Amino acid sequence: MNIDFGVILAQLPNLLRSAGVTLLIWLVGSMAAVAFGFLVAIGSRYGPRFLSLLLRAYVEVIRGTPFLIQLFLLYYGGPFIGISLDPVPAGLLGLAIYGAAYFSEIFRAGFEAVPPGHIEAAECVGLNRGQIVRRILIPEMTMLVLPPAVNMTVILLKETAVLSIITVPELTFLMQAIGSQQYAFVEAMFVLACFYWSMVSLAGKLGRAAETRLSRFSFSPS
Amino acid sequence: MKTTTTPPGSAISVRGVSKSFGQTEVLHQVELEIPQGQVTCLIGPSGSGKSTLLRCMAFLEEATSGTILVNGQPLGFSQEVGGPRVRLPPARIREVRAQIGMCFQQFNLWPHMTALGNVSEALKTARGMPKAEAEARAMVQLRKVGLEARAGHYPSQLSGGQQQRVAIARALACEPKIMLFDEPTSSLDPELTGEVLNVMRALAADGMTMVVVSHEIGFAASVGNRVTFLDQGKLLLNGTPQEVFGKPRHPRLEQFLDTYLDRGAAMLA
Repeated sequence: MNIDFGVILAQLPNLLRSAGVTLLIWLVGSMAAVAFGFLVAIGSRYGPRFLSLLLRAYVEVIRGTPFLIQLFLLYYGGPFIGISLDPVPAGLLGLAIYGAAYFSEIFRAGFEAVPPGHIEAAECVGLNRGQIVRRILIPEMTMLVLPPAVNMTVILLKETAVLSIITVPELTFLMQAIGSQQYAFVEAMFVLACFYWSMVSLAGKLGRAAETRLSRFSFSPS
Repeated sequence: MKTTTTPPGSAISVRGVSKSFGQTEVLHQVELEIPQGQVTCLIGPSGSGKSTLLRCMAFLEEATSGTILVNGQPLGFSQEVGGPRVRLPPARIREVRAQIGMCFQQFNLWPHMTALGNVSEALKTARGMPKAEAEARAMVQLRKVGLEARAGHYPSQLSGGQQQRVAIARALACEPKIMLFDEPTSSLDPELTGEVLNVMRALAADGMTMVVVSHEIGFAASVGNRVTFLDQGKLLLNGTPQEVFGKPRHPRLEQFLDTYLDRGAAMLA
């Protein structure tokens, strides 16, 4: 048995298209996860008690079950409760629901890490509650959550591979098809691994660049 | 006896203020007048309630009972004679609080803003002043604390003493009538306390009404017009430095000062 990448490279246009789908789903899904996660964090922090309990339960359930199972339930179980989604929207929604639970925990920790004195100082110079959230709390929290948020975003990129099981036409789905049709499974998986690894490295580099840019704002050791 | 009038010359009136955290009473029926244009130093052992009293004056802590008047206006709660205690609306609380500037032990500068950003923030955001005007005003305050050249620095790029001076400028930018200081030099290296105390001295010389919680007994004795000694949540002594530190001394004060002889209180021994 020979290793032959030719059969993979012959499908280059398809590879590029599917890689594009992966990246698009990752970007849109991550952005939605960050936005949902932020709303969940705000809701459970400032919302009424029943809402905060509901959101806590959501976070616990999502964090306590495998992404694969959640996707199955959403895609195959959804129609039983009237949610019939095509693979791509289902995948996006699933990724957002999954990621949001983790992002909300990151934001929660971020809110808690902002020193209360910084808020008091803002109250003392006359900022109202909305201004304090907008001008002090969110910027300071952003600095604190950047490293774990970058990490979570990278994890979400790798999790997009799971979407192949609900037939989202992303790169893993395509590579499985090529691999089994062309009897080149090892080659397909190797190329796939290289793709994820290079994308994760790139995302990590961008994340570190952002952290460096923000490091001059860092909390002074006091 | 509860009235809503203030003796003339009183910037802050503390009327029968008590404060409890759960079961623990940290302030007990404190009565104190902060005179206009003078420096009042609150001293006392840790746990005496001096910081809590100061934080009540900034409405960072809400007194459990009693009234605080700032230039005759009730802070946080209004209380008519014999009537119930009513919490004032947030906008009204901000209005009364605007007369007060606060400096913290930990400086509490916002790390994502430069010195200039910290000082001009309230003018821009809370008062809606155009950026250029707010920054020009902020510059005036930074000059006052001798940090004009550091305007573009972030807090992490400044020494502790410089950070505290920026924090003072930030409070002054809002043109408060009263400045409160909560142990402003306690987290500074000894060689940096001088620059902060000098700024405070200059402020006092300008006639600012100041309330200072401090362990700097020397500062209290030399700059303070009034010294207030608290112990276990009660106001024990209140008077001029000569009255409070002069002999014969209250035995609790004597005991307290003994522990501070190495802190610049030696001059009083």
